[in-house]
Amino acid sequence: MSAGDGMTTTRRGDALAAARYLAPAALVLVGLLGYPMYQLVLISFYDYGQEQASAGAPLTFIGFDNYQRLFSEPQFWGVLGQTVAFAAACVAGTLLVGGALAVLASRVRAVPRTLLFLAALGAWATPAVAGSTVWLFLFDADLGLVNEVLVGLGIHDMAGYSWTYDKLVAFALVAGEVIWCSFPFVMVTLYAGIRAIPAEVLEAATLDGASTWRATRSVVLPLLRPLIAVATIQSIIWDFKLFTQIYVMTGGGGVAGQNLVLNVYAYQQAFAASDYGLGSAIGVVMTVVLLVVTLFYLRALRRRGEELA
Amino acid sequence: MRVGRGLVGAVAAVLGAAVAVGCAPVQSKPVGGAANSPDHATGTLRVWLFDEANRAPKEAVVREAAAEFESAHPGVRVDVQYVQVDSRAERFKAAFNDPRSAPDVAEFGNTDLAGYVAAGGFADLGADLASWTEARDLTPSVLDTARVDGKTYATPWYVGVRALYYRTDVFEELGLRPPRSAAELVETARRIRERRPDLYGISVGGKYTYAMLPFLWSAGGDLARRDGANWVSTVDQEPARAGISRYAELLRDDVCPPAQCAQMTGSSSVQAFAAGKAAMTVGGDFNRKAVDAGVAAGKYAVVPLPGEREGSVAPAFAGGNLLGVLRGTERRTLAVAFTKLLAGKKYQRKMFEAMGNLPTFTDLQREVAEGQPFQRPFVDTLAAGTRFVPATPAWAKIDAQAVLPTAVQEIATGAKTAPEATRAAAERMNAAFRS
Repeated sequence: MSAGDGMTTTRRGDALAAARYLAPAALVLVGLLGYPMYQLVLISFYDYGQEQASAGAPLTFIGFDNYQRLFSEPQFWGVLGQTVAFAAACVAGTLLVGGALAVLASRVRAVPRTLLFLAALGAWATPAVAGSTVWLFLFDADLGLVNEVLVGLGIHDMAGYSWTYDKLVAFALVAGEVIWCSFPFVMVTLYAGIRAIPAEVLEAATLDGASTWRATRSVVLPLLRPLIAVATIQSIIWDFKLFTQIYVMTGGGGVAGQNLVLNVYAYQQAFAASDYGLGSAIGVVMTVVLLVVTLFYLRALRRRGEELA
Repeated sequence: MRVGRGLVGAVAAVLGAAVAVGCAPVQSKPVGGAANSPDHATGTLRVWLFDEANRAPKEAVVREAAAEFESAHPGVRVDVQYVQVDSRAERFKAAFNDPRSAPDVAEFGNTDLAGYVAAGGFADLGADLASWTEARDLTPSVLDTARVDGKTYATPWYVGVRALYYRTDVFEELGLRPPRSAAELVETARRIRERRPDLYGISVGGKYTYAMLPFLWSAGGDLARRDGANWVSTVDQEPARAGISRYAELLRDDVCPPAQCAQMTGSSSVQAFAAGKAAMTVGGDFNRKAVDAGVAAGKYAVVPLPGEREGSVAPAFAGGNLLGVLRGTERRTLAVAFTKLLAGKKYQRKMFEAMGNLPTFTDLQREVAEGQPFQRPFVDTLAAGTRFVPATPAWAKIDAQAVLPTAVQEIATGAKTAPEATRAAAERMNAAFRS
């Protein structure tokens, strides 16, 4: 037996052992992710409504008909476009607010920092439905605190102003709520990252004569990049799949459906209407869009020489 | 690398096995019909009723009926479960998909019937009702709401119709009389807001379809017409369009500003009236408690909603709930007997006394209107003839997709003209009818 053979055997043995160790995880993943995905894709190729689900009617394979129906619907493209724009605005807002407050938290004393964290955790812990409802109360046209304060400040036009009537105003209001309840994650993550940067590194930069801005740009941000990447991807996924806030705050998609996002659209057009085939097709499209966006983002990171730790 | 490849192989193998095992999406087992399921005469009879805001009086009546039934049928226990109205769709879908977790008797909304029947959920009760003497007094237009394609799948338990609530103090102050035609209604509403800008002339909403339908019907239009086995939307034809436009006239700055009213539903419209923010609203007999709980209490009266023609009553939507027997039941005889008991005259009268639910028997309606003047406009509305939505599962879809509210909102906000909005609505309705 040569040494080389021995190596191969060992390596094969290693591989086998590794596979055995990974098998339980793989099984769970296949069961919890693979099978539902498989059903989702499968159902999207069928005319699958309530009658089919409860065996009142036979199943018909219709190929890409659901996708064709979806893509030929002008409303779908409108909703897709505004979902992407709305999610982008929410992601940018969340990162900006979360990042800024993380920097703030790393620079203030313990007591204000604790207060900041308590406030942020409160927002984070509030269930989405409760948070949305409270925001609606605050911005109520007749009885809301916000309008009352604005009128009190002398802006009399705001008496009875409806924050959910104009399309952009309604989107902005919902975006505000989304940022409010999702910035804490970004803030906590980035704060931990900032605290993990060794003081010597920053000290060395200062000794080399770097300004605060220069040190931030050339030292802090590169060190934080992997964390920012994680926070960004998380935010993209969360905000693209947004449902509760839009559903609650705009009453199921706004006046004449002007504030629909993809998930609410799928619910209204397909799932509530028991058209599961079409709903699954929308689900598949959403998954693909999210995968593509995330892959592009990861590739862009890698091209800049950054690897997601 | 090797490990990765091995894993991919394993995943592929598992997926392959899954594909080989079944290439079609999951489907539940077919529900057994009356022919092959047993018909036990004892055991537990499972009943689903809707939960309500103030359930105690309803529960008391139901408990009384259950006790009477149990003493008449030894060895039978009636197990009543209260289902949330908001999650009913999921509960019923689950019941149809898995008959073992389904009830034997269930209460449900009459607009849900066609969808449930198409899903194979409910048993044909035609023969059972034909042999039931009390059923002869059921109001025909109300019994129609329990029918799909000429077959009767349930018995009406109570009916709900809407009429015009108005503030007597405001009308007196401004020297107005209750409107006698749809045109006069719009005119009156405008005049009120002109002189009392703090009030909506009438609070109605873009999402309040059941307030809009009487305008559509009274203008001579309809939602759809039967064309052989299919339905074809008629909302874009002249009479229906005129009715929708008439309703949309109310959602203007000079009556009920779209910024506030375009998104209002039935309950928020009634809420605005109860809170004293509107001089009129369209409300049901079932809204009385909500109005009496607000500042409008004691300062309002109700008349039937006026139609296009002077002095006529606009056809109301016959809302209400039905009691049906599930097709998969293993106690069909018992289930039918309990349905007849709970939906019979004796317990409908008790339900009226407890909950104010309007009975579905014509003679009983007249009787309760004599005892309670508040009910008169609603009973008159019922007597003038009610209408219903197309009895097809597609209606549930059209409703879920908010097709009509979208059209009304588009007209109210000026996003589309009435012809454009109704044409788009008709197209979406037809797509739902075809699917």
